[in-house]
Amino acid sequence: MARAVTRRRKTINTALAWGIGLLIFFPILWTILTSFKTEGDAIAYPPKFLFFDWTLENYAIVQERSDYMRYLWNSVIIAGGSTLLGILVAIPAAWSMAFVPSKRTKDILMWMLSTKMLPAVGVLYPIYLMFIQLGLLDTRIGLVIVLMLINLPIIVWMLYTYFKEIPGEILEAARMDGATLKSEILYVLTPMAIPGIASTILLNIILAWNEAFWTLNLTAAKAGPLTAFIASYSSPEGLFYAKLSAASTMAIAPILIMGWFSQKQLVRGLTFGAVK
Amino acid sequence: MGRITLDKVAKRFGDVEVISPLDLTIEDGEFVVFVGPSGCGKSTLLRLIAGLEDVSGGQIRIDGKDATAVPPAKRGLAMVFQSYALYPHMTVRKNIAFPLRMAGLSQEEQERKVEAAASVLNLTSYLDRRPGQLSGGQRQRVAIGRAIVREPSAFLFDEPLSNLDAALRVGMRLEISELHNRLATTMVYVTHDQVEAMTMADKIVVLHAGRIEQVGSPLELYHRPRNTFVAGFIGSPKMNLVDGAEAAKHDAATIGIRPEHIAVSPEKGVWKGRVGVSEHLGSDTFFHVHDTGLAEAITVRAGGEVSLHHGDIVWLTPDAEKIHRFNKEGLRIA
Repeated sequence: MARAVTRRRKTINTALAWGIGLLIFFPILWTILTSFKTEGDAIAYPPKFLFFDWTLENYAIVQERSDYMRYLWNSVIIAGGSTLLGILVAIPAAWSMAFVPSKRTKDILMWMLSTKMLPAVGVLYPIYLMFIQLGLLDTRIGLVIVLMLINLPIIVWMLYTYFKEIPGEILEAARMDGATLKSEILYVLTPMAIPGIASTILLNIILAWNEAFWTLNLTAAKAGPLTAFIASYSSPEGLFYAKLSAASTMAIAPILIMGWFSQKQLVRGLTFGAVK
Repeated sequence: MGRITLDKVAKRFGDVEVISPLDLTIEDGEFVVFVGPSGCGKSTLLRLIAGLEDVSGGQIRIDGKDATAVPPAKRGLAMVFQSYALYPHMTVRKNIAFPLRMAGLSQEEQERKVEAAASVLNLTSYLDRRPGQLSGGQRQRVAIGRAIVREPSAFLFDEPLSNLDAALRVGMRLEISELHNRLATTMVYVTHDQVEAMTMADKIVVLHAGRIEQVGSPLELYHRPRNTFVAGFIGSPKMNLVDGAEAAKHDAATIGIRPEHIAVSPEKGVWKGRVGVSEHLGSDTFFHVHDTGLAEAITVRAGGEVSLHHGDIVWLTPDAEKIHRFNKEGLRIA
């Protein structure tokens, strides 16, 4: 039954939604604004919101002092690589769990999810040692592998839910039509699950891009992504808020822009299957 | 060729026996219909033949070769599903071409066969549409098209018409029968609708609780049902089954009389009763007669012109020649 919503109530709801939205967005906005201030304005009290001397010098200094492009490239490779690898592993895994479940499938899914409940720092030491042994420390391939493993449970879970929505008869039809397992997954299942796979990829890129614990602990100079780039402006430099903000803005800009353009896809994917 | 032999084929899901070991031979070119109430195992049996389910025991032979462990793709069979199971992301053309693409045929050959199938099924003008843009009947034709391009040794149909409306169902029924006449390929067809079974089949297999109750031509089943289950299941409206004293008069535990084998008279007859609901179909009228002293109401078929009203008193006389007799176990007495 449609519920009558009074005009007043609608106005209040709209104002509330905007309020909450702005509250969430405010730290990002503040960071972006601060990046255009002089160091003096950045720490001024009372804080200056819009009326300060706008300047681009922080960006110039940051660009001069460190090689932004190298960090960006590392981020792209690590986020993209771990996502791609994760998808390749997760599609067959989710396929088997969704379409040929065994008695243990639910347990396996729960167990996979439970690994996300473990504090990452708990396995830092063993992984660090393994990385030394394998010569993976401060390498991009090392981070690709770790981030893939970290996010794999989420990828498998998401794909599993999407695959569950696909009628099994269509896959059986493909089998009757002579499709091998590979063709079945490649030509029938995957194209049908594209919206789900796309949003899984997007979400995973965002997660991998923003991941800081492993990227900070397992890299030094060579393989550091943008998270390491931001971190390099915090501790040793003291309180240079404006430069730190400029670095942060540069680091989050690509993912923010990507998220902005793909938000329709992202929302559609995340609610996929909720309504038949 | 498409001769399918089931040898003591059984299927269990856990502890539940869905198909009791059964033997059945489907001859090359035959149109065989599996019919039975829901849950009788007819779809499972079809899926066992298709290879979509593994048998729990027994052997399936296709053209004499053991196919029990052969994967569905390699059995040379084509299947049409109840839900049509078309690939929603592909055009009609690509849907129909899919099995050919999987078989590795050249582009030109795929194109030629798709065009040929489309013209047989009146789909030529829809080839570039997607399944979502087609009506139920058209989708069903695409599913059939996808099956025929493979030139399978047998077609398997799993309740293909049950998602269509009544008028379309009759039309598609004729189309499938026509297709069978033209291709002369073995067809195995599952339905719960005994009218479909009667009108299409060369051979009907009546299933009940995972067992074969009877195998025979439609008229064999109609005229000589092997037991009370088949007697009650085949024929519409269903056969009147009467037990007790009336049956004992004929030396049987149960007797069966079809609605069309009972004469109605306002004056005299064997059983006296009162007319309940009358169903006028134009060509025929079905009366449900109550208070005859028998356990259940008796259904009678009369001509379309016969006019009786609710509450009228009538006399019924079964045609003694046409009475079916069954023993205590429900089996036919010669």
